[in-house]
Amino acid sequence: MEKALHELTIVDAGARLRAGEATAVELLDAVLDRAHKTEAQLHAYLTLDREGARAAAEAADEALGGGDDKGPLHGIPIALKDNMCTRGLETTAASQILAGYIPPYDATVVTRLRDAGAVIVGKTNLDEFAMGSSTENSAYGPSFNPWDISRVPGGSSGGSAAAVAAGSAFGALGSDTGGSIRQPASLTGIVGVKPTYGTVSRYGLIAFASSLDQIGPLSKSVIDAALTLETVWGHDPLDATSYSGEYPDLLARLDSGVEGLRVGVVEEFAGEGYEPAVEEAMTTMLQRLAGAGAEIVEVSLPTVDIALSAYYLVAPAEASANLARFDGVRYGNRAVGSTTEALMARTRAEGFGPEVTRRILLGTYALSAGYYDAFYGQAQRVRAALRDEFEAAYHEVDVLVSPTSPTVAFRAGEKVDDPLSMYLTDICTNPLNLVGHPGISVPVHVDEKNLPVGFQVMAPALGEMVMFQVAAEVERLAGFTARPVLEEVAG
Amino acid sequence: MPVEIDIAHVARLARLDLSEEELEGYKTQLGAILDHAARVQSLEGEPEVEASHPLEFENAYREDEIRPSLDRDEVLAQAPEARDGYFVVPPTLEGD
Repeated sequence: MEKALHELTIVDAGARLRAGEATAVELLDAVLDRAHKTEAQLHAYLTLDREGARAAAEAADEALGGGDDKGPLHGIPIALKDNMCTRGLETTAASQILAGYIPPYDATVVTRLRDAGAVIVGKTNLDEFAMGSSTENSAYGPSFNPWDISRVPGGSSGGSAAAVAAGSAFGALGSDTGGSIRQPASLTGIVGVKPTYGTVSRYGLIAFASSLDQIGPLSKSVIDAALTLETVWGHDPLDATSYSGEYPDLLARLDSGVEGLRVGVVEEFAGEGYEPAVEEAMTTMLQRLAGAGAEIVEVSLPTVDIALSAYYLVAPAEASANLARFDGVRYGNRAVGSTTEALMARTRAEGFGPEVTRRILLGTYALSAGYYDAFYGQAQRVRAALRDEFEAAYHEVDVLVSPTSPTVAFRAGEKVDDPLSMYLTDICTNPLNLVGHPGISVPVHVDEKNLPVGFQVMAPALGEMVMFQVAAEVERLAGFTARPVLEEVAG
Repeated sequence: MPVEIDIAHVARLARLDLSEEELEGYKTQLGAILDHAARVQSLEGEPEVEASHPLEFENAYREDEIRPSLDRDEVLAQAPEARDGYFVVPPTLEGD
């Protein structure tokens, strides 16, 4: 059966455009129609920019008609997580405190997408300020998983993941501070990439934890992810942490296979808390990689066992500083107070939801006099030890692999009252944020409940070429073609 | 290590005007999270602490050239209250 337009990958949609078999306006209409029929169930989007997207799609068609081809994303409808600033289009970070905020500038990634001819469909839902693993912490209500609408899509980029998985966008950008691209990609059966820290500009990304935050793509295929990442990454003078050296070629080795590569299996990412379907999918893929000529090596990274503890000190500490700017004075909403300080404290108490409040308190405590060295200082030492272990491992192997998430998508409401159990869902992903290395999640399996399982490939800093090489082979070996069956309901 | 938390003090530092009941709830949750987080103290040895950036990195300086900034009126349009090119706030000190 021929695929509907909204089911196509970016590569296939681009081929249709260039063959004159579809227009950018038709691609846009296909995703908007899909959104119209699925949003009542999924709530992937906070804002759909119908008018802006239509103008961009018409401009893309006109440019292409005139022979001006801006590259692989030309005319492709893309969704943006709503923590990336879009000039003239409401940007809320899923927080009440920013309800109605209209940024006066575009984030660098947004400028790059526009320059590449992409069509920005709208802004997707997230956990408030990207703090969460289920998209249930949104002040505007949760998103749901297209594979089973009683379950979460993961988070915090859950809206972006749900939109791509359901076909209401051809691809999306998310942000990953502790797994917020890779974990929702895993839970919704799509590809998600956290690139090396410093390779994608954070200018215009509403900051959560500045030493961990990184923007990356959520896509239907590994090559779509590579093409999207190549469009948005690169040095940006507006981000002082932006990398200014040579960038790896993401496409060069997509077809090279894994013959002779050494693949390290991280021993610590297994055992208690890992669902049998996740462990089986892991075993099966390792056998297939070995069959394709890879050498499989067991690797131990003992400090991984305390990485989550370090993460939940570093991330809240940085968040507590970053979120100090939301004070009801310069932008966002304001509560009533008789003095400036009373106004600020009231504005923040009313404007932030419980998870954001919890993390600000946690971070403030970890940085406060008398506790700094025992908590934040020690967490930074764990981070350095962890980086030493990863770097030592990469002397022995080319890539490391693990499950992306210890479980498949969990039920909505299941973990919402137990912050620590929610935090544990990021156990396989957050070590990479602490060390700044890249990781990609590729869907490899569907369990007996028809829920997808993701496989994570990790590489050293700037090792994206070999990471994409292995990910592309994992994708071929998995032959993952399952799609969520979602009843269309007019919204 | 049992974690001591003066939650009212922490909330004051964070400029969060929370009720007694809210403070108690957060105190309990923070206690559980910090018990887990205290596992960082089990790290053995003393790694050399580096900067947080994973890549070779030098301080970034921009060129000293004049460039257009954001439009003042557009920026102030996002403020809860603004007048004559300024942000408006209530008195910073109590009293007359």
